[in-house]
Amino acid sequence: MDFLTLASTSAERTPIITLLAITVLAGFVGFFVISKVPNTLHTPLMSATNAIHGIVLLGGLIAMFGADDALTKAMLVVAIAFGMINIVGGFLVTDRMLEMFKKKD
Amino acid sequence: MLATSFYQETAFINALYIVAFTLFIVGLSQVTSPLTAVRGNRIAGYGMVVAIVATFLYPGAGNWVLIAIGLIVGTAIGIPSARQVKMTAMPQMVALFNGVGGGAIALIAWAEFREYNGDLTTLEIGIPLVFAAIVGSVSFWGSNIAFAKLQELIGGSPIKVPGGVYLNILLLIGAVACGVLILTGENEELLFIGILVFSAILGNLFVLPIGGADMPVVISTLNAFTGLSAAAAGIALDNTALIVAGMIVGASGTILTDQMAKAMNRTIPSVLLGGFGGGDAAAAAGPTGAEGGTVRSTSAADAAIQLAYARQVVVVPGYGMAVSQAQHAVREMSKVLEEKGVEVKFAIHPVAGRMPGHMNVLLAEADVPYDQLKEMDEINGEFGRTDVSLVIGANDVTNPDARSKPDSPIYGMPILNVDESSSVIVLKRSMSSGFAGIDNPLFVNPKTAMLFGDAKGSITDITAELGNL
Repeated sequence: MDFLTLASTSAERTPIITLLAITVLAGFVGFFVISKVPNTLHTPLMSATNAIHGIVLLGGLIAMFGADDALTKAMLVVAIAFGMINIVGGFLVTDRMLEMFKKKD
Repeated sequence: MLATSFYQETAFINALYIVAFTLFIVGLSQVTSPLTAVRGNRIAGYGMVVAIVATFLYPGAGNWVLIAIGLIVGTAIGIPSARQVKMTAMPQMVALFNGVGGGAIALIAWAEFREYNGDLTTLEIGIPLVFAAIVGSVSFWGSNIAFAKLQELIGGSPIKVPGGVYLNILLLIGAVACGVLILTGENEELLFIGILVFSAILGNLFVLPIGGADMPVVISTLNAFTGLSAAAAGIALDNTALIVAGMIVGASGTILTDQMAKAMNRTIPSVLLGGFGGGDAAAAAGPTGAEGGTVRSTSAADAAIQLAYARQVVVVPGYGMAVSQAQHAVREMSKVLEEKGVEVKFAIHPVAGRMPGHMNVLLAEADVPYDQLKEMDEINGEFGRTDVSLVIGANDVTNPDARSKPDSPIYGMPILNVDESSSVIVLKRSMSSGFAGIDNPLFVNPKTAMLFGDAKGSITDITAELGNL
């Protein structure tokens, strides 16, 4: 990877007000979608949200791309591993649980 | 490669993020029915793959070996734990996963602080990072304590902390003060470590005083915390996928927290400020409770006769069913009863067990048909027509004091009205009071017979006796 690519895309940040708008709207979308989940499925819902907050993996990756000192790198390896545990473990265990609900119908 | 390829353009990466969070939303909107939920979860999973691939396209990406190590270690831990965890241990699993997510965010915030050489004076980056560090750290430590309580590594009953709420407020002020100093230009790393340490102590002290029966609220709250801290990290890192996914999880955790608190007729602060059952209220309620009446105990054979000649039996499962892994034995018993023409239904209180939906998962694991599981509002009108209510390891959710005794600590909590049925059989390990430490007059009600012993053993005995009838 050369420095040109870095320079050309380390572009300006998205304006904070745009990010806040996305944040608020996402909160409402989440609220309306999750409100419809029946009590019966609340445990799989929680493990599915565990998997989705594994999205922090992205934060770990992005920080790692630019990391240069050893301690920072070590912290980020742990963060990446944590995120991956969430993603892999969360989706698999949710799948396992939901299959149990499905086979009844 | 000399020039930037199209797939390394920020716009392209961001477009992939839009695809990713669309898949999250579509996927979760299918988790609204057991029929489509499996597919929904997989769709959300595809969204995650898209999000990760998009991130790999970042220009200037590097440190691939370390990244690979993290991914491999995470996978190596995640797969076996997801495959092997017992359904009865799901609350612990979810608590641990919440904690791991919160811990990742706190570490990322710390790493970013170091990357910026401690200069977080750009407030649109600094504020969300400090928020993520505080909330992520509280979530990590709080979840670990919740895990330890659920796994019974430490006692499930409330642990009183000297200073209580005031100490927690001081700790929060300490963490925020360190944050404010950093935001105003101090770049001492010790201040950031201060944020993490104050938040860590806060996370520990915040969950320690909360009793086992309040775990559904705590787990939901920690779930919300992890989501919100992820969204904050997303703002700091200018990453829409993190923001949207984090907010969805935050919304989910918030909704569940609210529903669980309502199901106990308590406000969220009253649960989180803690000490339910460990405080004075429960102690005061003690002497006037069950000791006034006499407990009638029964045998598996008598219980079997009672059940076999009933028209309708309502099974009320609670945490005790999970503890003794009795769900499969319960399913066997209900099959035998159905063969004898008895109508069997299951009454599920929203806070039965240690997390939202805990009982439903256990009964689904044991193949109990979906339509036999009744929510509280649906079943409460039916107890009057029920011949036998079979309470398996549930206590506080059946306590009539919640309806009738204004000085009871659980007064006002909606309960399953099992005392309206013609007779009640309560399966219990011993006469000790429930997790909330409150006496239950149901146990001394003349309609009630107690069958003492391990729930699984008792149910197996009843099923055997049913076969002999």
